[in-house]
Order: sequence, then C-alpha cells, then structure tokens
Amino acid sequence: MHGLINRAIQAFVCSTYGESRWRDVTESADLGFSDFEAMLIYTPEQSQSLLTAMERVLDRPLPEMLEDMGTFLVANPQVEALRRLLRFGGVNYVEFLHSLDDLPDRSRLAVAELHLPGLELIETAPGRFKLLCQSGLPGYASVMMGVLRAMADDYGDLVILEHSGTKDGTEVISVTLVETEFAEGRTFDLGAKLT
Amino acid sequence: MMSLRQLADIAAQIAPMHVLLDSKGCIVRVGPTLQKLRADQDWTGRPFLEVFNLRRPRHIHDMDDLLRTSGIKLHMQFQDDPQTGLKGVLAPLPGEMGAFVNLSFGISVLDAVRDYDLTSADFSATDLTIEMLYLVEAKSAAMEASRQLNLRLQGAKIAAEEQAYTDTLTGLKNRRAMDHILERMISAGRNFSVMQVDLDFFKAVNDTMGHAAGDTVLQKVASIMVECTRSTDTVARVGGDEFVLIIDNLIDRSKLEEIAKRLIRKLEEPIPFADQLCRISASIGTVLSSSGGQKGAAQLLNEADVALYAAKRAGRACHFFYEPQMDSVDQSNGIKNGSDAGSLEGDASGSRGNGDAAIDTSPPTTH
Repeated sequence: MHGLINRAIQAFVCSTYGESRWRDVTESADLGFSDFEAMLIYTPEQSQSLLTAMERVLDRPLPEMLEDMGTFLVANPQVEALRRLLRFGGVNYVEFLHSLDDLPDRSRLAVAELHLPGLELIETAPGRFKLLCQSGLPGYASVMMGVLRAMADDYGDLVILEHSGTKDGTEVISVTLVETEFAEGRTFDLGAKLT
Repeated sequence: MMSLRQLADIAAQIAPMHVLLDSKGCIVRVGPTLQKLRADQDWTGRPFLEVFNLRRPRHIHDMDDLLRTSGIKLHMQFQDDPQTGLKGVLAPLPGEMGAFVNLSFGISVLDAVRDYDLTSADFSATDLTIEMLYLVEAKSAAMEASRQLNLRLQGAKIAAEEQAYTDTLTGLKNRRAMDHILERMISAGRNFSVMQVDLDFFKAVNDTMGHAAGDTVLQKVASIMVECTRSTDTVARVGGDEFVLIIDNLIDRSKLEEIAKRLIRKLEEPIPFADQLCRISASIGTVLSSSGGQKGAAQLLNEADVALYAAKRAGRACHFFYEPQMDSVDQSNGIKNGSDAGSLEGDASGSRGNGDAAIDTSPPTTH
C-alpha cells in the first residue's frame, strides 16, 4: 500500500490518540519501525497488520475509526492540501460527488504509484445517490463515508449517509442530500496556494 | 443568418474570454471573464490595439494587419497594469463584418487566478485550467512530501557518516576520520603539527580497577584533550590508549611545548572512579608538518611515533619533538623501527590498552 495512505493513518492516530498510542500500535503490529514515509511503498501485509493492531490496541471497531480518519483528512487544518484538491472537483456538493468518478485518475496524475479503487456515482432520484466503492483497499468505503461527510460540511450542505451493504465485493454508500447551503461552508480560493 | 449579437451570446458561454471586433478593428463585445479582468472599464468602441499590446507577431498596426494574422498564435498583454500576458487567435467574420478573437492566459494563468480572484465559473467547462491548477497543487504537495523524505534521508546519511568517523566510547574522532583530515590538510598545503599521545599507567588502571574504570578514564582524557585544544584542531583516538592531536596552523615549538606540558599536567590530575582515584600520565611525540618539506601522512605519523618512543624512553610524562637523528637511535637500539605501523592500527573500539605494557612498571594507581 502506498506510503501516503499509511502516513495518513499515522497522522490520524497521532493526532487523535497521541504519539505514544501510535507507538503502541506499531509495536503491536510488529513492523520494526514506527514512522511511515509518505513517498515509499509498503506491502499489503504491513498495512493489514497495522489496521489489525489499531483495532486491537485502540479497542474501537475499525470501520468507525476509518470513518473518523476520512473526516480528519478533510477537516483537519494539518492536511489542508487534500481538502483543497477535493474542492477542485466541483463548485457545489453535487458536482463534487460526480467528480468522484475521476478520483482514482486524478490521484494517479498527482502520484503515479497511488492506485485507488474505482468509484462510481449513480443518481437514483433527484438528491439521492449511490456511491459504489470497488474492492482493493480494505476499509475504503469507511474512509469515503468520513470524507463525504466532511466535504458536505465544507460545502455547507446537509446530507444523510448510509452504508448500504456490499455487492460482489463492491461496497455501496447511500447519499441523500437533505438541504443545500444548509450552513455556511468554508471558502475555497482557487489561487490560495499559488504564491 | 446569425446576427453578431447572437454570436456574442453563444461565445459568452463557450469562450468567456473572447473579443468581437467590427470591420474597423474596434471592440463590439467582450466575454465575461475577460471583462472581469478590467471590471471598471468599458471597451465598447475602443480600438483593439489600444487596449491590447500585441507582442508577436510584430508590426501589427491596423485592422488589415490583424486580419492577416488569421489562425496564427498571437502573444499580447494589456496596455495598462497589471500587464497580464495573454495568448489568442483571430478568425475573420464572413462578409467583412469584423473578427472574432479568442484569448486565454497561457502559462500566466497561475498569476491571473490569484491577481483577479478567478473561480471555476470563470472558465469554460471544457477549459483544462482547473485541472491544471489541481495538478500544480497536487504535484507541489507530492514534491513537498518527497523533499521531506530527502531531508530525512540526508539527515540519516550525515548521522551515519558521523558515526563512521566517531569513536563511540569517547566521542572523539576515530582513526578513519584522522586519516581523512590528515590527508586533506597535507593536500591543502597547510601548516600544522601532529602530536602522538600515549597514556602512561593506563594498563595498570585497566588491570587493577577493571574496564569500567578504564572507560571512565578514557572519557575524562578525551574531554581534557578537547579542552586543551582549539575547536579547529583535531583530537582522535586511534588505539586503545593512543591518541593523535592535529594542531592546525601552529608550528611554533614553544607554543606546542606549552600545549603538551599543559596536557600532561592536566592528565596527571587524579580521576575519580567509584570511591577511588585513578592516576595516569602521558608521553607525547610531536612532528611539524613543514619541517623538512613535503611529508606524507604515513611519514608524519611515523615520525611522531618515533618522537613518542623517545619520550617514553626518557621516562614518562615527557614531550619530545621529532629530530632526524632519533631514527638512527631507534634503528640501532632496535626498539622501534620505522616501518612498525602495527601499534597505530590498534582497534579503537575498546579500552583494552596494550601500547605500554612493556614500559609501564605499574606503580600503585589506587589510593
């Protein structure tokens, strides 16, 4: 698994539970190191034992933690870069949802070795969507739940998200848009980082 | 037949940075994004070439010149500030009605987005600008992550190198580092002196009080040597109880003598260990880099060694400068011959001194 993903997990655990808990996790995972490098590649086994150790040491269901991580990745000012990159997807939440189809390609443009499983958005009725998260990355749909929730806040929209099962390895997230411009979202200035 | 107004309405959607010109080259309509760049100006009726400064192709003075550029890439900028660079292409309208010019930012788009506070809505849906901005940011973030990795690797490399050049017990430089520095100073043609320092009675401390005491003594010796030299000098532990000091930019015998004497005096101060006191001393042989012309590292170290042995022979706690006649004394006595580099190759990793076993007559070292 790409170091960026492992590094994201590390940032989340350190920020939420503290660095000493993170060291407990990596020790329990028996990795032989406690710092992931964002630009190196790690084996799927290393990442899997990391996730298993997280659940064991932090004593919380993994899907719950991964959803929190998805929210953390968007909402935490520490990782502002990712939120900005996602905001490039569209000027409103619905446009953003539609841009998710391109997310794996977009991430590959930025970092060639970063392979994310496919995403497909289906509009079932006005304001109702199903996001199909293909298999390939354990916990992908859980993280996406957190990302979708945090991005709704970012745009200032009110949405209801539901994990609605797995079909042929593909996990399905139901998205219901309750109200657009429910609250004031965060601003997005295209040129903010261009200095 | 479509009117100019209808054309302009369509163009506003698909080419938001267009300019429509009449047959005289005056501006009729401007796309909304282009207008946003000069929101306070009304260009209607003004000559195109008065608003835009055409940089390439050159020598375009009127509408006839402009029409002849049809299909060619135009490079221009605003006449007034900020003179944002623009790219464009012109197509004549049928029936000599004028011309359609479509503009874009080209590479200046990064500045333009910031300067004019542009948003996604300012670009046509087919325009790749937003994708480009996305890519610029994504790549910058990825580059930053790579840069951080490189910095950490660089730090690890420096630490590893430092470790490779450091004697772990004392923190002094090791033989490898000393060889390296010596070679560098010789090839740079610097004036310097080499002091070969050998501890006296160290073996006795080690044997009677144990290695822990020996280690403590070596660490104390190291700090004394650092104190007695300048930061520009080199202090290296090259064997169990053998040290080499490279005194940079100093070949004054009286000053060197002073340094050596002070060093011996300091080293003779009893060193506490547990409830006891360890007493040692030192013998020193010194050679000057410039005496007798160009000398190699091996020769310098050998001559320092010869002087050291002369000092040892003269009784302990002595300091001798190397003199050429010492060689013959050495040769004839057979105590020390010039090619004996064995004692210099000692392992610096432990405190098991072996250099002075033949000379130490082991006085009482504990009190």
